[in-house]
Formats: sequence, structure tokens, C-alpha cells
Amino acid sequence: MLEIKNLHARIAEDGTEIIRGLDLTVKAGEVAAIMGPNGSGKSTLSYILSGREDYEVTEGDILYNGESILELDASERAAKGIFLAFQYPVEIPGVATMQFLKVAMNEQRKYRGEDELTTPEFMRRVKEAAANLKIAPDMLRRPLNVGFSGGEKKRAEILQMALLEPKLCVLDETDSGLDIDALRVVADGVNALRSPDRAVVVITHYQRLLDYIVPDTVHVLYRGQVVKSGDKTLAHELEANGYADIIGAAA
Amino acid sequence: MNMQQAIKMTAAESALVDAYTAQIGDLPGDGAVLSLRDTLVHELRTAGLPTRRVEAWHYTDLRTLLRSVPAADSTAFSERVDAIVPGSSVLSVRNGQAELKTIPEGVTARSYSESLIDGSAAAGLAVLGADDAIGRINGGLVRGGLEIAVAEGAELKAPVEIQVVQSHGQAHTRFPVSFGAGAKATVIERHLSTSAEPSFVSSVSDVTLADGADVIWIILQQQGPADTHLGQIRFDLGKDAKLHLFVINAGGKLVRQELHGKASGEGADVTLRGINLLGGDSHTDVTFTLSHEVPHSTSTEIIRNVVFDRAKGVFQGKILVAKDAQKTDAKMSCNTLLLSDEADFSAKPELEIFADDVQCGHGATVADFDRTQLFYLLSRGIPENKARAMLVNAFVAEIVEELEDDEALVEALEGVISAWLEKHA
Repeated sequence: MLEIKNLHARIAEDGTEIIRGLDLTVKAGEVAAIMGPNGSGKSTLSYILSGREDYEVTEGDILYNGESILELDASERAAKGIFLAFQYPVEIPGVATMQFLKVAMNEQRKYRGEDELTTPEFMRRVKEAAANLKIAPDMLRRPLNVGFSGGEKKRAEILQMALLEPKLCVLDETDSGLDIDALRVVADGVNALRSPDRAVVVITHYQRLLDYIVPDTVHVLYRGQVVKSGDKTLAHELEANGYADIIGAAA
Repeated sequence: MNMQQAIKMTAAESALVDAYTAQIGDLPGDGAVLSLRDTLVHELRTAGLPTRRVEAWHYTDLRTLLRSVPAADSTAFSERVDAIVPGSSVLSVRNGQAELKTIPEGVTARSYSESLIDGSAAAGLAVLGADDAIGRINGGLVRGGLEIAVAEGAELKAPVEIQVVQSHGQAHTRFPVSFGAGAKATVIERHLSTSAEPSFVSSVSDVTLADGADVIWIILQQQGPADTHLGQIRFDLGKDAKLHLFVINAGGKLVRQELHGKASGEGADVTLRGINLLGGDSHTDVTFTLSHEVPHSTSTEIIRNVVFDRAKGVFQGKILVAKDAQKTDAKMSCNTLLLSDEADFSAKPELEIFADDVQCGHGATVADFDRTQLFYLLSRGIPENKARAMLVNAFVAEIVEELEDDEALVEALEGVISAWLEKHA
């Protein structure tokens, strides 16, 4: 589903290279965890996948279902099924949460040539998904992410993901700022979306989230490259021994 | 002999003076009113329209910007327009003719021309100062308008819409409105045009709030793309009175809306919220002065501007805190989204503080979109043009949401904003 080949990318503004020859393949149905120390390029990778213009790809390619997505803008990538759950979901005062959800769902449907949702159908879907994630109706009446607690913001991200039904889900540090109960709710939400035709990339600093969202593969990112890949036991190894050994071997 | 040097009048100045001359004998007023009119027009003739050398008009050089003034046309006719908020009581002045059909309970109203004829209007016709060009033009030529009184303790359930409709030509209107102690009301002063032909409109509202009155006053300017709108509101607040002023400019070619007021009673609270939606070749100026004259009064001013095309905008905000007005709390901010390279906005916040125990602040920002917000919307599959429109709308809608107690009002104003943006963005 996702093939990243010898990717090099830099910050557009100052030319700082962050991703330096990264290779990664994630198959449909797979949950891949990306781990690595601070500054290894994890969040940058998530932004590049979703098409943030602050980064420039200088070499290599990203194939999604066999096609390069480098020429697509962020909204086209989203409409094709790529979803990023933000580490820091963005507050937008003046945009009502419900209006935002409706516009996003319908714009994606339009792009794919599907009919827009009727209002009752839209309401039904939101209610159901919100209940699964223990999101109170009054939260949905507020402006987008405004005044949401850290945990509420993360649950709202998963709500969007559930409603937009993406094919490739990228979760950027979704566990940061969550207490154990909230972590469980969020993880259940992600696990409910696991399916043979959907891939999930979980970017995380800690093993903790991977106890709840059990990955099929684990990849260690360091200085913009995948320096080691393995199965879920690799995450446990990292938890026990830290990154030093792997980084040392890679250097 | 000391001869006053006459300036060479511009086409617009001549047109205004000619409009007066042509209507002598026809403009309503008793002796006092008529001689005041003469004085005001004489001042206009000798001093001319203000230029950039007059500080209060520095960013809006009226003499240069006002190229022409359409002739007054007494045969102009406009249909009545539906109220912007369904269920409002509409008091209208259409092409200068007052219409008083739906006066709600607790309110008395009469045509302003009656006050001119019986002379009770004379005191209010004085200009605010030498630079008060709007007061001068309006005082010289005012014909129509409404005098409205809201009774002590009256709580109006539905908004009152003062509807000023002009098809073309000139309109000079005045609205003295008094709110009795403890009265509660929402007034929508709405200016609109029913044709694309040019209109020249001057309008002065003179609003007094007795102790404890609680008033929302909305100035909704939706003139046509060739129109000149010179508006002014004067306001005075008694003890514990609350005035929530809301200015929305969504039309006009050359617009100046002045707001001049006093917090005369302790505990008085003034809120100004302004939204300027600017496009085309328009020039729009909002000028606000507020004098805190007694201790413990508060005010906040927030102006949001969205500027497209070659439009120019101006906000001047001046807060004066008198020597005795301790514990004044005043905050002012002006935020602008410039959406084209040729768009232009000038903000001039001023504080003049003579008391020593006060909290006053001001800030002004000019920005493009927040890139992170834009990316967030894009990353959900919303195309860029739509995402930008949502953010522009959000930037101003945030201000309207403060009126959440009246859902119909919020919906109506949001409707004005999104309709304007759809047309211009």
C-alpha cells in the first residue's frame, strides 16, 4: 500500500535536510510502528506523507497503491485515503466542529465522485462514532478543537479518522498527553479500524501505546533513515535497552 | 475689511452646496434650525471637505476621494426590504421618507422632520468639532429620520430595525434615540441600496442610554458598489449602562463610519466589535473615539478586517481616560487579513490617559492565513479554495458568535458575511 523509496527531504524555508534516504514498505492490513529518538524525523515523515508544503522532497519517491503522490496536494492525498492524526490537533476558532466534519466528509466524497451525505445520514454517523469514542455531544457543538483538553483533542482526531474511513492512517504521537484511560479509548478506536484493506502507521516514542495497538512491524528511525526493522519484539527490546545499541550499530 | 478667502470648490463640494441652495425653502426647520443649516453650509463652502492635512481625516482624504456627488432626486422610490432578522419591528426611511407602521410596545417614535419643524432638533444639529465634516454635511441637508424613545424598564423582545433604503441620489438622515433607565433592546441600523446607481448617504444617530440600560446597537452597512456612505453615531452612557456596538461594513465605494461616545456614568461598559469586509476599489474607514469620564468604566474594542482586491481600509481608535476616571479598564485590538498584494489597511490605535490607576492596552496585527490551520483543513480533504474561505469566514464569524444569546441575530449576520464572501472571495 505504501512504498517509500530512498526518500530525501528538507525544510523548504532553510534547506535543512531531515529525511536522508529513507526506505519503508507497509502492506495493506499491516500496522507498522515507527520509533526513534527525538529529532530522528518521525513527525517530519508524517507531514511529508500528508503533503505539508513546508517540506521539500529532493530525491526518491513515495508510492501509494503503486502511484507516486508527490505531485498531489494535501487535500487530494486525503481524498485518496491518507489520514494524519496530528500530534497537536489545531484549534480553529470560528469553525464549528460539526460544520467542519460535514464539509470534510462531503468534499472527500465529491472528489471520489460519490453523492454528498444527507443531513440525517451525516448526523447518524457522527452520533454513532462519537458514542464509540465516549465523546460528549456538547464537545461537538464547540468550535473545532477550541477548549478541548489534550485527551479530547486526540479522541476528536480518531473520530475524524473513523468518519473519513481512510485507507492509510498515520498516527503521530497519538499517545502523548494521554492518561491510561484515554489511551485505552483511543487505542480501541484505532483497533476498530484495523482491516485487511487498511494500513496503519503508528509513530511513537514509547512502547506503551504498542501494548494496546499491537504492531505487525516495528521500524527504528534515526537521522532520517530506517536503521533497523523487526517485529513487535523489537519494540520491547528498545524499551529495555534504549536506542543506544541500535544507533551505535548504525553509526 | 477682512475678506474670507473662498477656496476653489471641488465638483463634490459644489454639488453639496448646490443641493442645499436648490432646497432652500423646502428643507424642514424652524428659524433656529434654518439659521444653523446656513451656518453649517457656509462652513462647508469656506473650509471645504477635509483633506489629509486634517489629522482626523489623515487616512481618508475626503476632498480627494469624493470625486462626485449625485444630485438629490425627490422622485426616487424604493420598495421596502424584509427585515434582516425575521420578526423584527421595521421602522424605515426610504429615499428620505419616514414610515412608522410597526412601533413595538414600550417604544414611541415620530418622524424627525417634526423635530426640525418644531425646533427641538436644533441643539442636536451642532457639530462635534471643527473636523466634524459628517455632522456638518448632515446638519445642513438632513431631511428625514426618526426620533425614537424606548421607555424606562422596557425590554424589547424582538430587534428594532431602523432601515435606511436609498435607490440613488442623496439621503441625509438622523436618528436621535433614547433608552430609558433599565431598558433593554437590540437595534439594527441598516443601510442598503436597491440599485447600482450611485447614492450619497449621510446619517447621524444620537444615542443616549440612561442608568442601567442594556443595548445592542448594530450598524449594518450594505450600500451599493458606487455609493458613498458617511455615517456617525454619537453615544452617551449613564451609570451601569451597557452598550454593545457592532459595525459591519459589507458594501459601499467610499465609506466612513464614525463612532464617538462618552462613558458618563460609573460602571458604564462599552463594547465595540467591527467587521470590515472590503473588496474592489472601495475605501472604508471606521473611526472610533471613546471618552472615559468617570471612574470604574470599562470598554473593549475588537476590529476584524478582511481585505481583497485593491480595497483600502482604515481603523482609527482613540480612547481618552479623564483625570478622575480611575480604575478604567480599556482594551482595543485590530486584526487584519490582507488577501491580495494590492490590499491595504491602516490602523491607528491611540490612548490618551490622564488618570494614573487604569488598565489600558491596544494591539494591531496584519497577517496572512495561519498556515497550520490551513494545512489542518487540507489534510482532511478540504480543497484549498474552500479551506481558505472557511478560514476567512472563521476569522470574522468568531466575533459574531459573541452575540450567541440571540441565535436568529447570529444566523442573520453570519448569512451577510458568508454571502459577501461567496461573492468576493
